[in-house]
Amino acid sequence: MINMRTYNSRKITQRSAFVFLGLATFLTVLPVLFIIIYTIVQGGGALTWDFITQFPSLAGKAGGILPAIVGTFYLMLGTLVFALPIGVMAGIYLTEYAKENWLTKLINLAIINLAGVPSIVFGLFGLSVFVMAFHFGLSLLAASLTLACQALAMVITTSREALLAVPREYREGSLAIGVTKWQTVRHIVLPQAMPGIITGAVLAISRAAGETAPILVVGAAFLLPALPTSPLDQFMALPYHLYTVAAHVPNMPDGTMWAVALVLLIVVLSFDILAAAIRIKTRMRK
Amino acid sequence: MSINLNVPNISNKPVDKCVTKLNAEDVNLFYGRFQALRKITLDIPSCAITAIIGPSGCGKSSLLRLFDRMNDLIPGVKVEGNIELDGIPIYAPKIDVVELRKRVGMVFQKPNPFPMSIYENVAFGPKRHGIKNRGEMDEIVEKSLRQAALWDEVKDKLGQSGLALSGGQQQRLCIARVLAVEPEVILMDEPCSALDPVATLKIEDLMQKLSEDYTIIIVTHNMQQAARVSDTAAFMMMEPDRAGVLVEYGPTAQLFTNPKDKRTEDYITGRFG
Repeated sequence: MINMRTYNSRKITQRSAFVFLGLATFLTVLPVLFIIIYTIVQGGGALTWDFITQFPSLAGKAGGILPAIVGTFYLMLGTLVFALPIGVMAGIYLTEYAKENWLTKLINLAIINLAGVPSIVFGLFGLSVFVMAFHFGLSLLAASLTLACQALAMVITTSREALLAVPREYREGSLAIGVTKWQTVRHIVLPQAMPGIITGAVLAISRAAGETAPILVVGAAFLLPALPTSPLDQFMALPYHLYTVAAHVPNMPDGTMWAVALVLLIVVLSFDILAAAIRIKTRMRK
Repeated sequence: MSINLNVPNISNKPVDKCVTKLNAEDVNLFYGRFQALRKITLDIPSCAITAIIGPSGCGKSSLLRLFDRMNDLIPGVKVEGNIELDGIPIYAPKIDVVELRKRVGMVFQKPNPFPMSIYENVAFGPKRHGIKNRGEMDEIVEKSLRQAALWDEVKDKLGQSGLALSGGQQQRLCIARVLAVEPEVILMDEPCSALDPVATLKIEDLMQKLSEDYTIIIVTHNMQQAARVSDTAAFMMMEPDRAGVLVEYGPTAQLFTNPKDKRTEDYITGRFG
């Protein structure tokens, strides 16, 4: 016989637990939804074709934000070029080759801490190393390298996770027929891990695209008369542009300001969606 | 402990070309401080299927993995003593492990085809070893699949994923993958333990056929299987400190019908294990 009273009270406890957990989940989604909807409502009106294809005028109060969009894409490309190969190679070394010893542990600790370094510190690092010491000046190159340093932690971590997720049985099967370790990594492990690595890299550069602090001091400009033509040119970027028009331009029209935010949001979110799409597509292929 | 190879009762196969293919002498194996194998000495004849039997955890797989140095992959592993392939010590510093594993292939407990097509699975080894010619590769793939008794089942779907095959077919694909690099020895680590009885029987038949051309060593939990397929059998046990030792080694028929050691007899008659 089930004791009906305890049975009922347990059912009520269970039910209320579900309600609270569901509520907590809803509360985490709420701000994201609110930001997206509010940005669309506020900025949607000012987001026209001209806005994304023209140069700004009147200190950003009129005209478009073409150079900021182009600059952001250049930055993402630059970050990817530096962070992806180095991050993946480091990830391969740490997962496949490094021995378990104090040095490896120290390196792992450093990588975890790299992710926790405040972004403005990366900016100052970039300023003193890439801008000054390497004489790259205030430039796309210096900014890309700075953002790449910040993105590295994430690229390495996600690469390692993707590599570790490749079953040991595949590695053994390959080694057991006299295939070298490097051939095994190159032809078995890497192809399997690639979708995970790419997903991580895309997420890392989409995060880099949204960063303001690191590029603040290494080459981002508020207004430039022309698009950058070389990696050593200064550049405009969406997050920095948004920061400046919001904080330093008096009488900035709200709609234009939010339209900048909307474009930035679209750029970042579309890369996140791209990453999700890669993940889903490869999962279906298996 | 070593057996005289040129005895007719070791095998019903012609014994004239029978030689000692592998031999271990006084081998100790350590994983860190833990001793997994103690003083293992045995000769593996080339013309036979050798079964390694014994209770779980007695070091059967560890012993098997000594012969292709797969134990090397485990951090902290240490091997003492001497192991020779065709009289050449395989743990000597100048030995190329990659070359060794080409000669001594391995089939695992859980079928582990690569996540690629059936053709690519078989072609993987030869391709890495430098065979580029498409026609030559086609021949190798067909020959290996035929040898593994899989050709007729897959010849029309070579482009399909190896993972789409049944468990038994996957295991035969893994055998074909090993055959494709033309090894001399095939190590099998409980190759049937994940398979149903029909698939098991197919693998056993296959092993019998392959043993005409290859030296085969099989680790198995299944004593009926050892009795059915093997020509020589090694019985292992754990000592109180959990190190594996070789209790008895000899022709399978003798080991199963007239064991010399009391412990072998107890195990075979099912008194423990």
